Amino acid sequence: MNKTAMTLASQVELAREAGRHTHHFHGGLHLRHNKKISCRDPVVRPALPELLIVPLLQHAGDIAEPFVSAGEKVLKGQRIGQCQPSAAVHSPVSGTVEAVENRPMSHPSGQPGPCVVIRPDGNEQWVELEPVSDWENASPETLIAKIQDCGLVGLGGAVFPTHAKTRDGRDRQIHTLILNGSECEPYISCDEMLMREQPDKIILGARVLRRALGAERVVIAIEDQMGAVQKALTRAAKLAGSKNISVVKVMTIYPEGGERQLIQVLTGLEVPAGGRPSDLGMVCQNVATAAAVADAVVEGKPLIERYITVTGNGISQPRNFQALVGTPFSHLVAACGDYTDDVARLVVGGPMMGYPIATDDTPVVKASNCLLALTHRDIADPQPEMPCIRCGECARVCPATLLPQQLHLQIKTGLWDQVQEYGLSACIECGCCDYVCPSHIPLVEWFRYGKGEQRKRALESEATELARKRFEDREARLLRFKQERAEKMTRRKQLLKDKAGRGDRIRDAIARAENRVTRTGETPDDA
Amino acid sequence: MLIPILVLMTLGIVFGLGLGWAAIRFRVQSDPVIERIDALLPQTQCGQCGYPGCRPYAEAISREEADINQCPPGGDAGIRALADLLGREAKPLNPENGELTPKTVVVIDEQRCIGCTLCIQACPVDAIVGATKLMHTVIASECTGCDLCLPPCPVDCIDVIEVKPGILRWRSPRPHGVQDPAVPQ
Repeated sequence: MNKTAMTLASQVELAREAGRHTHHFHGGLHLRHNKKISCRDPVVRPALPELLIVPLLQHAGDIAEPFVSAGEKVLKGQRIGQCQPSAAVHSPVSGTVEAVENRPMSHPSGQPGPCVVIRPDGNEQWVELEPVSDWENASPETLIAKIQDCGLVGLGGAVFPTHAKTRDGRDRQIHTLILNGSECEPYISCDEMLMREQPDKIILGARVLRRALGAERVVIAIEDQMGAVQKALTRAAKLAGSKNISVVKVMTIYPEGGERQLIQVLTGLEVPAGGRPSDLGMVCQNVATAAAVADAVVEGKPLIERYITVTGNGISQPRNFQALVGTPFSHLVAACGDYTDDVARLVVGGPMMGYPIATDDTPVVKASNCLLALTHRDIADPQPEMPCIRCGECARVCPATLLPQQLHLQIKTGLWDQVQEYGLSACIECGCCDYVCPSHIPLVEWFRYGKGEQRKRALESEATELARKRFEDREARLLRFKQERAEKMTRRKQLLKDKAGRGDRIRDAIARAENRVTRTGETPDDA
Repeated sequence: MLIPILVLMTLGIVFGLGLGWAAIRFRVQSDPVIERIDALLPQTQCGQCGYPGCRPYAEAISREEADINQCPPGGDAGIRALADLLGREAKPLNPENGELTPKTVVVIDEQRCIGCTLCIQACPVDAIVGATKLMHTVIASECTGCDLCLPPCPVDCIDVIEVKPGILRWRSPRPHGVQDPAVPQ
């Protein structure tokens, strides 16, 4: 069937069947998993670090405004920053604020950003928690407000505010909530560990989200290599006595964990370019986000902790932690028995989509799913880049069905209209094209540059339009003033020339002046 | 022999009348080239090109009085866009008109401002607010960085500051890339 020709309504109908059969998306890669090394040990909480560094930019949107200043005492879970309309930031510990200053943080630019530095007092004293009582009968708006209060963002990596996504879904008639548990990038195993250890919490969060969205079904997508996870989740769903929650195994192909790719696997439908999954009546959330929703709504706890994988050949004993936001990476590495001798590079995120960081003083943030320490052997000598030979491999593996070789040339030569037309904005920066390119062209680097350039050009043309409008308005105003002044002058001259009725006008003027004197009690000379 | 001549003559007259009618019916009032040139200019109205604003410069270019390399705020990208539009060769910026500078905005030192309103009158985009003998200030988001407010200020209380790309405005840098025979540099 030609799916592009289908109406949106019939696509939404088809999407209701999500997960009954699995489908394929275009391209993708079979990569070596490398997940087992970090899954051997159970997840632990590391000891409290000496200092916690809580960045004020942990979400999509503006930098949060800090509520606290140096020397102030804070409680665990106290709100310390807020940015409307994005997410709030909370203190992960009770203690004293040492400073609000720029510190190194997880950002592809490598630039430092504003952080609240907190020295814990070790008491772990919580603020008064206010869970939603009887959430099963609470209104969806109450649930969404609680989610917003607790500073929830998408924990899969995009850190889009959860309340905004849920509210948008609420307004658009969602039938299916998809929980994304298919973390397809090599090395990362934090979601798998979460599903193994806290399946009840994920199911609880799924039910809360389902109520908040007004959805009927929940589909939890996991990878076919995740072993015991399916059993654990199914049992948890049965225990909760909740119908319409299904756990679906999908084939492990990178990047099937991408939102659009996963929806294609589950429904066989493509989310329209420039559209959102809610166009098909679906909302996709990470499993970790669902667990955080359960914490927020049922226990009233804000998002101050997450599962993170610390792994790679540069780590002595790779494992997963349940770490507080603000914990420096160095503290986690020390808890893993430190680096191996030949560690060469630290990467935040996975090997395909992560970015390198300069120092391990960088703290854990809501988005940190993995810290990857690579050795010299892992980062093989960068091979010299060669000209494109137009082999087309990149187009074969592109999960967004783009033409990377074409986009690369267009960006290189600055053909921005064509770049737009060829759909650069649909690129998910998964790195598949990079991986297969026989000429070793850093395609994703080009695409990131191209996207930045497109944003810059859009902002510039906006500024130009604003300046033009303000200039034209000003010119029009000045012209109007000039005309008005000229008119006034001619009127006055006319009056001077006009002999008839002159005596009356003089009498009127004298009367006005006298009237003014009697009213104010002053002579005209005084005034 | 006569018939083809007559046919061709008739055709010529018909088409000629048609074209003549179209020329009157679809006459373009303003010169579209000026509009298109003006659309490529940055609208700072700074006058560095030697004309009193972007539109006069666009008019001068269309009359071939001015060259396309006289706009410093437009930069190399602007010159290239003009060259593409007019089918001319791109050339480096004319140093007489100024040099390429990063984007700046002005700020008023409120301690020193005496409230004379001279800068308000000079600002081409109404980006300065204030009133006589009251403090003035610049709306940073509307300031185009044209620096036209600097000369009239009698107490020299206006400073030019560079707009630093903050962490939110950060963009990935351009990769180095190799010389590619298929790509004109």
